[in-house]
Amino acid sequence: MRRYVIKRLAQAAGVLWAAYTVSFLVLDYLPGDPVTAMASAGMDSGQIDPQQIAALRHEYGFDKPVLVQYADYLGRAVRGDFGDSVATGRPVTSTLADALPQTLQLTGAALLLAVLLGGGLAVAATYTTRRWLRQFLLSLPPLGVSVPTFWVGLLLVEAFSFRLRWFPAFGNDGLQGLVLPALTLAIPTGAQVAQVLAKSLLTALDQAYVETARAKGAGRWRVHLRHALRNASLPALTVVGLLVGQLVAGSVVVETVFSRDGLGRVTAAAVTAQDIPLVQGVVVFGALIFVTTNLVIDLVYPLLDPRIVVASDRRASFA
Amino acid sequence: MTDESATTDEAATTDEPGTGDHVTRPLLEIRGLSVSYRTRGGPVAAVRGVDLDVWPGQVTAVVGESGSGKSTTAHAITRLLPGNGGIDAGTVRFGRHDLATLSEPELRTVRGRRIGLVPQDPTVSLNPVKRVGEQVAEVLRIHGLATRRSAPAEAIAVLDRAGLTDAAVRARQYPHELSGGMRQRVLIAIAIAAQPELIIADEPTSALDVTVQRVILDRLQRLTEESGTAILLVTHDLGVAADRAKSLVVMSQGKVVEAGPTRDILADPRHEYTRHLLASAPSLTTARHRTAAPAPKADTTPLVDVRNLVKEFRLPRTGEGPRTLRAVDDVSFTLHRGRTLALVGESGSGKSTTARLVLRLTDASAGHVLFDGTDITTARGARARELRRRAQLVYQNPYASLDPRFSVGEVITEPLRAFKVGDRASRLARARELLDRVALPAAMLERRPAELSGGQRQRVAIARALALSPDLVVCDEPVSALDVSVQAQVLDLLTELQADTGVAYLFVSHDLAVVRHIAHQVAVMRAGRVVETGPPEELFTRPRHEYTRALLAAIPGGRVLSPAAEITTS
Repeated sequence: MRRYVIKRLAQAAGVLWAAYTVSFLVLDYLPGDPVTAMASAGMDSGQIDPQQIAALRHEYGFDKPVLVQYADYLGRAVRGDFGDSVATGRPVTSTLADALPQTLQLTGAALLLAVLLGGGLAVAATYTTRRWLRQFLLSLPPLGVSVPTFWVGLLLVEAFSFRLRWFPAFGNDGLQGLVLPALTLAIPTGAQVAQVLAKSLLTALDQAYVETARAKGAGRWRVHLRHALRNASLPALTVVGLLVGQLVAGSVVVETVFSRDGLGRVTAAAVTAQDIPLVQGVVVFGALIFVTTNLVIDLVYPLLDPRIVVASDRRASFA
Repeated sequence: MTDESATTDEAATTDEPGTGDHVTRPLLEIRGLSVSYRTRGGPVAAVRGVDLDVWPGQVTAVVGESGSGKSTTAHAITRLLPGNGGIDAGTVRFGRHDLATLSEPELRTVRGRRIGLVPQDPTVSLNPVKRVGEQVAEVLRIHGLATRRSAPAEAIAVLDRAGLTDAAVRARQYPHELSGGMRQRVLIAIAIAAQPELIIADEPTSALDVTVQRVILDRLQRLTEESGTAILLVTHDLGVAADRAKSLVVMSQGKVVEAGPTRDILADPRHEYTRHLLASAPSLTTARHRTAAPAPKADTTPLVDVRNLVKEFRLPRTGEGPRTLRAVDDVSFTLHRGRTLALVGESGSGKSTTARLVLRLTDASAGHVLFDGTDITTARGARARELRRRAQLVYQNPYASLDPRFSVGEVITEPLRAFKVGDRASRLARARELLDRVALPAAMLERRPAELSGGQRQRVAIARALALSPDLVVCDEPVSALDVSVQAQVLDLLTELQADTGVAYLFVSHDLAVVRHIAHQVAVMRAGRVVETGPPEELFTRPRHEYTRALLAAIPGGRVLSPAAEITTS
């Protein structure tokens, strides 16, 4: 068990390094650099002093060879220092730390909603004996997955803010302001949870142990929740792990649509300004969230399914 | 709602034979039962007008082949049919109730409480994520027979009664930590927990080794004799039915073709189908499939020569240092061209691993495998590929071993394509010829495996194995998944092909009765070792090893029909 966790942590470090390297190379490949971008955005074009730019470029180290830059940045990143934002001059880490709580609130609420709504839909769709209701409920998830997030957001704002005036259309005001953005983010996510869970519930309900349970005299609700659901939850859990990454990515759109402060908007701004240190910080941070969630989920599997042994040596179990 | 006194309160008198002292009416009375399944091609009738009685405290067996409707009948009693199945007509009288029309909530008070079910396959019939004790306790909890507090202890007591040793420890384990036999005992515990009046046992032991099968059936029989519970035993194995049941119901194509006291039916089967079933039951008949291959000359090189083969597996979860399992332990044998060597043993005996070692599908830990005089123990690359061409495999489960997306033609020609033999036209011609060889019509080339029956699929698998004209075909339990009459046909086919092509078979089986039909030489394996080798006549009539004797004694059908089974080949 301990060896397994250590091995997984080493893997996680590898993933973070890869994320850092790939994002560095991609950003380096893009034409121009942040200093030019900043200069052209901040001042009237034509009046840029080439000497000033050269000085700035030297200050940020953009005039050095790529490999040296890479080694420099990586060395500092390992110590938790991602440098200063080119656009604002503030340290990347504190910029991220400031934006984090808002985004955690949003993605956390969205994840909770997604699991509740998606899970509830899947259970209801597989429990009902009315064919038309089942067909209807099962047709919702594909719809939820296929509509674009920003459009759902705009629709919700139109309905609940402008017409019904129940929730504010934008801003960071407490719980009231959280409802619409979280719902917007939860719809595509929850739809995917529902799709996977409904499918695996139907598979589980077809298994022989369900017949054994029915032969015991168990009612449908008991069979559904106590026998099928737990067996069906594993694939859904895997999906949830993957969706966490999607939620962080989705917060970029949602925070922009609802004008919320947060990691998403920091990301959007950083990409627009080609603020390489900040983008790098966001990428590595996103990878960190993703890797952590998946490690946690892998450690949860054995609790749900006793057949899964967290083993450091996988080969032995195939023998 | 409960009605404990309902079984005998309606004192209608019948003149049925086989009744006990004061019992005048069957416990279960099925009349004119018809069940059909909705399919895309319209409703398919699975059971057509079945009449069936089960008397209190007696074992009644329903026998028939797959598709005969025996299992559907059993499941229709408590209406545990798949979603697309439904009862069209008939009554299922149990006590005062007609179960065919009872409301679902009322039915739930019968299921588990008054009628227990022992399902077919113990490996999949327990919830994998719940401790077995919990699963037994659930029956008691559902029917209010135990409280949350008392249920665990009572579950352990029931497990103990079902013959599970260390019941208190086992109760805390999960199904995957128990063997198949132990899991079947858990399922029996679930069935008997509420002390029902009737237990429906649907092929309760088909998935188990013969020796385990016997112990389980003995236990089930004893439990029910003690408590006066009746059993409806559904089985494809006439031998099992003959050993256990007082009365027999023979089903074919959804209908009861013959019913009556077991002894009468076996002694004087009136219906043609019953006679056919009796004739093809491998445990009840004598060897007739074997080719008359001449004994190999002593100086010829054997096709397969296995010397002191050892295979060790590393076990997971090292508590105190690394552990290994010796799956194959110092095994030696030879197999000559045109001959059949059978490896017999129960699950875990190492017979399949040995076969895999011969095919180079897994690496040996020690020892040698010589194929046609060449040492192939560590063969790789081109040499291993050459072996693949000359040695083929027929796998146990014809439902899983054919790619469902391939047509039959593609399945058969795949080895040819893999070795780039011939062109498209000549491969197709070869496929036709092979289909003809295994007695399937050429029109099948375009069909998908899903459209074929089990027996047809296994014929296709055999055709595929023969495509490259191999010297050796390893058959890993090739007929275990098939009905008895189909088994006989496939065994006949294998024998014919051997006579025609001179192929050698390494035949892996748990079924001594099947082996007796086809093998020239038998090696009995136990715990990785070969405990006894010899020609089947000798092994069956004069077994030297104690384990061989135990295996022979466990073959079902021995109790009633032993005189018939004594006839051996000359």
